[in-house]
Amino acid sequence: MADLNPISYWEKLLALPNDSRRKTIFVAVVVSLVCAGLVSFTSVVLRPLHEKNLQQERERQMAEMIAALPGLATVLTDAGATRLEVRVVELATGVVAADMDPADYDYEARQTDPTSTDIIPEADDVAGISRRPRLAPVYLVRDGTNLVLVVLPIYGRGYQSTIRAYLALEGDVSTIAALSIYQQGETPGLGSRISNADWLNNWRNLPAFGAEGEVQVEVVTGGAAQPFEVDALSGATRSSAGVSNMVRFWLGPSGFGPFLDHIRAGAQ
Amino acid sequence: MRHQSLHRLTEPIIDQNPITRQILGICSALAVTTSMATALTMSVALTVVLTSSSIIISMIRGHLPSSIRLVMQITIIASLVIVVDQLLKAYLFELSQRLSIFVGLIVTNCVVLGRAEGFAMHHPPWQSFMDGLGNGLGYSLILLMVAAIRELAGTGELFGYVIFRTTEAGGAFVPFELMLLAPSAFFIIGGLIWLIRSIRPRQVDPVEFPLCPHSSGGNS
Repeated sequence: MADLNPISYWEKLLALPNDSRRKTIFVAVVVSLVCAGLVSFTSVVLRPLHEKNLQQERERQMAEMIAALPGLATVLTDAGATRLEVRVVELATGVVAADMDPADYDYEARQTDPTSTDIIPEADDVAGISRRPRLAPVYLVRDGTNLVLVVLPIYGRGYQSTIRAYLALEGDVSTIAALSIYQQGETPGLGSRISNADWLNNWRNLPAFGAEGEVQVEVVTGGAAQPFEVDALSGATRSSAGVSNMVRFWLGPSGFGPFLDHIRAGAQ
Repeated sequence: MRHQSLHRLTEPIIDQNPITRQILGICSALAVTTSMATALTMSVALTVVLTSSSIIISMIRGHLPSSIRLVMQITIIASLVIVVDQLLKAYLFELSQRLSIFVGLIVTNCVVLGRAEGFAMHHPPWQSFMDGLGNGLGYSLILLMVAAIRELAGTGELFGYVIFRTTEAGGAFVPFELMLLAPSAFFIIGGLIWLIRSIRPRQVDPVEFPLCPHSSGGNS
């Protein structure tokens, strides 16, 4: 005759000797269930807050960069804030994917998803990211109908973390207007200085491309001699090189290169 | 009884300090002590996890089969750590970015599992609570001391407020950049251990294998 009363069944299980097999399994199951419930509960309850925080952080960085660009704040106020357009671009061809709603495209989640990325051949993987998403968002700022700014979200491997940044190109898409690093976990006090305004100011008005259309902007050690060079931070050579590689990769043919060619050809 | 509980709380703060006496939890002490803000957040996170895991494990200690007790302890500790991490990400977003993975790594902090297995498994909840809190405070004390030295010497600031103006900002203070690298925490913790043991010689470990007195004449 099976005992169907759950309370007395529970008590019977608790009364079993601790090292019996049934009690071992019973304790394992109960503890796991309680812990799993606790973790799931907090995760679900706090998720809206997490997403809000991430979103705010991203918007703050974007606004900060755009506001810091000389003359751009007036362009934005004159043209109205609605002139910031978001497009999703197919990286391989450089064509805007018209059927995609940018608001629905979660770029960061797509970066590691095998179904939405391609493996980058090792020789081309300058930024150290191994996989490249097929689609990427771009931000276009217009003054009337003139394109004044193209903002590209870029990321790559630094010394010990993934560095994420926005790279702003002027309307001619050959001059770097600004770089804004919004996420990195480099060594505090050393590599972490790559996101200091002092260093990022060096990324203003750089001619990004050479005469043949090749990417020429680069971080160098020992003092920038050319207008397209940026001096590396002392004590943070590898973090600086990480930023350099990431900018070079995303401006190059494996990154946003085809898209920038389209803009130059007047397609946008 | 009251006196004994209080003793459980005060003893780990200096005399049985998890870091300087038992040399546990060193890795996080190195990683998060570059600034006071991160050290304080980490201290609070660890104290909360340690205290609550001690209470929970002590409450169910009578029913934990010995064959799976470590797995169960880790499961409980890991769940608490995830909850704390999620709370930090929701309410202290910027700090949680700077602490990155180290809050998650409280799971592997030897202090937490050490107190669960070494104390909470054999003592009632109230005493386990006092012991967990005491160890958490002892850990926090060392972390905050190390962080204060490192942040002040490395950047001239405390909690981000400028104490000494650095030469970069037009002051006279030249930051000691070694203090921002992990090895400096080793030196400071080593110095603290030396200091505490010179003040309280009772803490000095007896020599396990004393050298024989030098026999004169050699073996020729």
